[in-house]
Amino acid sequence: MRAPVTWLQEIVGQTEPVSGEDVAAALVRVGLEEEGLHGGDLTGPLVVGRVLSKTDEPQKNGKTIHFCTVDVGDHGQRAAAGGDPAVVQEIVCGAHNFDVGDLVVVVLPGAVLPGGFAISARKTYGHLSNGMICAEDEIGLGTDHAGIIVLSEYLADDPDTLARIRPGDDAIALLGLDEEVVEVNVTPDRGYCFSLRGIAREYALSTGLSGFVDPVSAGDDPEPNDAGPPVRLQDDAPLRGRVGCDRYVARVVRGIDPSAPTPRWMVRRLEQMGMRSISLAVDVTNYLMLLTGQPLHAFDLHTLSGAIEVRRARAGETLTTLDDVERTLSVEDLLITDGGTTPLAIAGVMGGETSEVGPTTTDVLVESAHFDPVSVARSSRRHKLSTEASRRYERGVDPQIAGRVAALAVAMLARFGGGTIDPGVTDVRAGAAEAVTIEFDTASAWALVQPASATNGQVPDGLDHAGVVATLRALGCTVSQDAGDSSAADAADRAPGFARVHVVPPSWRPDLRTGPDLIEEVARIRGYEHIPSILPTAPGGRGLTPGQRSARLASAVLAGLGAIEVWSYPFVAEDLVDRLGYPAGDPRRRAVRILNPLSDEAPLMRTSLLDTLLSTLRLNVGRGRRDALLFEVGLVARPEGDAAAPVPPVGARPDDATLAAVAAAVPPQPRHVAFVAAGDAVPAGPAGPAVRHDAAGVISTAIELGAALGVDLTPVAAQEAPWHPGRCAALTLPDGRVAGYAGELHPKVAATLELPARTCAAELDLDLLRAAGRDIPQVGTLSTYPVATSDVALVVDEAVAAGDVARHLREGAGADLEALTLFDVYRGDQVGPQRKSLAFRLTFRSAGATLTTEQVSGLRDAAVDRAAAALGAFQRA
Amino acid sequence: MSGPNTQYDPVEVSALSPEAVDAAVAQALTAVAAAADLDALKAARLAHAGEKSPLALANREIGALPPSAKAEAGKRVGAAKGRVARALAERQDALEAERDERILLDETIDVTVADPRRRLGARHPLSLLTERVQDIFVGMGWEIAEGPEVEAEWFNFDALNFAPDHPARQMQDTFFVAPADSGLVLRTHTSPVQARAMLLLDSSDLQRELPLYVAAPGRVYRTDELDATHTPVFHQVEGLAVDRGLTMAHLKGTLDHLARAMFGPEATTRLRPSFFPFTEPSAEMDLWFPQKKGGAGWIEWGGCGMVNRNVLLAAGIDPDEYTGFAFGMGIDRAVMLRHGVSDMHDIVEGDARFSEAFGMGI
Repeated sequence: MRAPVTWLQEIVGQTEPVSGEDVAAALVRVGLEEEGLHGGDLTGPLVVGRVLSKTDEPQKNGKTIHFCTVDVGDHGQRAAAGGDPAVVQEIVCGAHNFDVGDLVVVVLPGAVLPGGFAISARKTYGHLSNGMICAEDEIGLGTDHAGIIVLSEYLADDPDTLARIRPGDDAIALLGLDEEVVEVNVTPDRGYCFSLRGIAREYALSTGLSGFVDPVSAGDDPEPNDAGPPVRLQDDAPLRGRVGCDRYVARVVRGIDPSAPTPRWMVRRLEQMGMRSISLAVDVTNYLMLLTGQPLHAFDLHTLSGAIEVRRARAGETLTTLDDVERTLSVEDLLITDGGTTPLAIAGVMGGETSEVGPTTTDVLVESAHFDPVSVARSSRRHKLSTEASRRYERGVDPQIAGRVAALAVAMLARFGGGTIDPGVTDVRAGAAEAVTIEFDTASAWALVQPASATNGQVPDGLDHAGVVATLRALGCTVSQDAGDSSAADAADRAPGFARVHVVPPSWRPDLRTGPDLIEEVARIRGYEHIPSILPTAPGGRGLTPGQRSARLASAVLAGLGAIEVWSYPFVAEDLVDRLGYPAGDPRRRAVRILNPLSDEAPLMRTSLLDTLLSTLRLNVGRGRRDALLFEVGLVARPEGDAAAPVPPVGARPDDATLAAVAAAVPPQPRHVAFVAAGDAVPAGPAGPAVRHDAAGVISTAIELGAALGVDLTPVAAQEAPWHPGRCAALTLPDGRVAGYAGELHPKVAATLELPARTCAAELDLDLLRAAGRDIPQVGTLSTYPVATSDVALVVDEAVAAGDVARHLREGAGADLEALTLFDVYRGDQVGPQRKSLAFRLTFRSAGATLTTEQVSGLRDAAVDRAAAALGAFQRA
Repeated sequence: MSGPNTQYDPVEVSALSPEAVDAAVAQALTAVAAAADLDALKAARLAHAGEKSPLALANREIGALPPSAKAEAGKRVGAAKGRVARALAERQDALEAERDERILLDETIDVTVADPRRRLGARHPLSLLTERVQDIFVGMGWEIAEGPEVEAEWFNFDALNFAPDHPARQMQDTFFVAPADSGLVLRTHTSPVQARAMLLLDSSDLQRELPLYVAAPGRVYRTDELDATHTPVFHQVEGLAVDRGLTMAHLKGTLDHLARAMFGPEATTRLRPSFFPFTEPSAEMDLWFPQKKGGAGWIEWGGCGMVNRNVLLAAGIDPDEYTGFAFGMGIDRAVMLRHGVSDMHDIVEGDARFSEAFGMGI
């Protein structure tokens, strides 16, 4: 929302000059965020000139330019050089809409136009042009570039000024080009600040200026009578119990001259507000909306045949709105109709083409109504149509001003368009909301702003009873001190004088409904900068949770093992599950779908981290990273049921069953960790050749990660997409549950996703790991007896997993086995085809004695016997 | 070995004459001193202290002497052998030390040829800063709460006092979950964790009770296209305190502390009146950022306020007994500010070089 500084000053009665920056600072202080500062960015000389001669010079390109001499008073082109300043200015001009003798606006060398466009004398069309005769858009006066400004036309409605001006006069002040416009962002609770009326009130409150006069008070609020245009309010389907229209004022002006121009000052203000002048009737409704916040609509009276009827749309009805779009209406849309049949407008949003005010309109019906914010908001959203009117109605328009603003509108139309105001006044009301009365304890402001201890129990300035009441009254509240003594919890400890009062907020502040709303008003008008800074003492916490610690540890371990952490967007394409080879029925095929994705290419939420981490790997490889080990920790969404989440109303705790249903409908979102590896794990170097990332490497990294989190993970051969069916391990917990998978990607998947061949990957459920991890490690006394080692080489079928052999050896060896290491795998003639020899070193240590050679041999034999019995392993000769 | 010689006068035995012994010692010492390496010393030892050395031979002759002469000759030869043995030992030590030094010299490597078998990885700065923020809160005695990213609309909006048709609900640029009546959204802020924490439904694994001091860092979603300063997926940290007697001054004190802990002792905050459905009064907070590019200055940092009564009521907390404050700020933005990151693409794209620049801690 914009606010021209001069307009604000006019409303608050401020006469001394003030900069836009100061106005913006004052508005920011009370909560209007500064969006920008416009205007005031033109530096002269910009002067009035009189065209003395005009020579037409046709050009080869078919254009005709005019070489002109212009009287610019004492600013003539030799002035700067110390010569005769009265020598006329020679200027080349391409526009044609002027004649010798016209007063024009001339920008002279040395000036800077809006946008930083510096003017200098320059050679053009064979002449030295000493400046430029200006069009409106060139000097930030509007958007018109049809021709240059001819002041006799531009100032036609201001003959006094026109008679006074002389060549050489400063045109910056004359045209108001030094006026600044402040633009502020209006938060949704401050609908009243979508008007100069509201912003000026805030400006006055912030600065303490006392001359604010409510611009709405200039209009009278006439009693309705039977002579006005007939209006029926027929809302058969109120939304949430509130009628769509609770007040409709209609007034008529007849005999307006359709060619009557809008006064220059009004056009200028509309332009400063970022609007274009259209016609007198439209301009007046826009101007008054900007001034008061009351949206108005002007209908061409002759297009109406019956009474105005406000009703909900019927199924199938359509309306072509002013933006030339035919809209199919919803039964929730509130309409303004002609006689209940023909739709004329979507109430509070946009009018239709058929009743539009046009170049022949002489009789106008002015609508000044109050529509339900919810109804307007829904229609605006439904039709994706956010208009000046809908933005205001959505945020709440003052319900008390419809009559007065309508009166201002018809008065202006009569005055500037030469029309006659009909004596008829229609003002229909239906079920208007009652004014809110808030019972407010004046001590509560102090209690919510700062503790009594901050001022040793003394009342801070502006938070005493009188100060609070004064602020509320300045805001427009009615405060009556009749609700009893203060009951604030520690009022007794605070200074006396506080009391409970009845506060009726002003009609333009529908956002003020509770005590804290009033406290915010008191605190912001007083200034947030007065709030002291006191660090509260929390009761003492328990540190990070086990889950938070394990997520942190997993990241630190992986980074310590050489992996680089990356983040990826969780959005994935629908066909990704096919490219990853997930079989039908795989739970990872069931994904959360976004209704309004940024890209239709990626409408799903990932169900595993690899869904997106593999793309991140591709990006890194594509950017030249040949060797990569990347990891990501994040949530994946695994929807289970189809139950929708209930959406119980605001302001109350739902019952337990509803709350449970809300929580249960949220899909499980376990925290996962995944890592991917491509290229070399160890680069080739002086110490030796490169070692590639391989399945064994990522599987052991996964096992190490588990160990770091206190979980023994056992790899078990598994066939799981997207991994290579012969190079994938399921990482199982001691209870048999699978915590994740690791291995080499399926070659097809690597090829489809354009990843390097032999790319490896792993993904684990961190929540599962954390739950399976030991709580508090328990450690017995360490044995100090010596260790004894024994090596065995066992021959098994190729299909037998070394892990199984190790497991049986471990079980057979018993409790004195301290460590078991696979130190060689041999295949070859000595063991025969389809067989392998696994060489293990068994390290024994007893807790109670030094083991003898015989005892060690016995334990080793027991281990081997166990593996032999279970897996057919035999000792290599 | 020859037997005792009784044929000669002992003083006549030439090998035992003082001159002969001295000469043998002198020869031995010369040979030892001349030994240039351990092999030469070994030869010298054999020649002058070995079984066939002159002194050994002389020693053997002692047995042939008459008893009266034995003692003197024995003493003379013993002393001579001792001198030779000491010289040998000293030379041995010296040569061994020389050899050891030479070996170390020979083993010299070019230490600039690093050959890492395992390179150190790196953390993403968003994670590192999130952890740092968590630590700051934990240091204040707060706990860290968590919630899901695919969230119930009720937690994301209604529990936070966003009525269904509230304009603020449209400000949020929400990703909705299909089907249209699923009642689910991608959370637009970390604030639903407030509601979850108050209802004891957050997904961290701790049970809590009032008073409540929790922070909730996490991922949030808005329908903004990715550009240099916007991203549809970003990160916030939410703070919530619910206790008896909390005021705006306590909110300000917490924010100032957080600013100093994150941005240095000169950092501070400023509050400006604003609007959020879940707080009343509400404020925008600006951060005084000493390291701002182009000079210290205020930058927008986030939103905050006193918890709206309706939010407390939605959580079943008596707003007449308890008050609370809440605040939220962007973590991605803090990363950009602290580390001079100028393009959001670098944070979100997953290029490993970006993380590598941050190492293991920030």
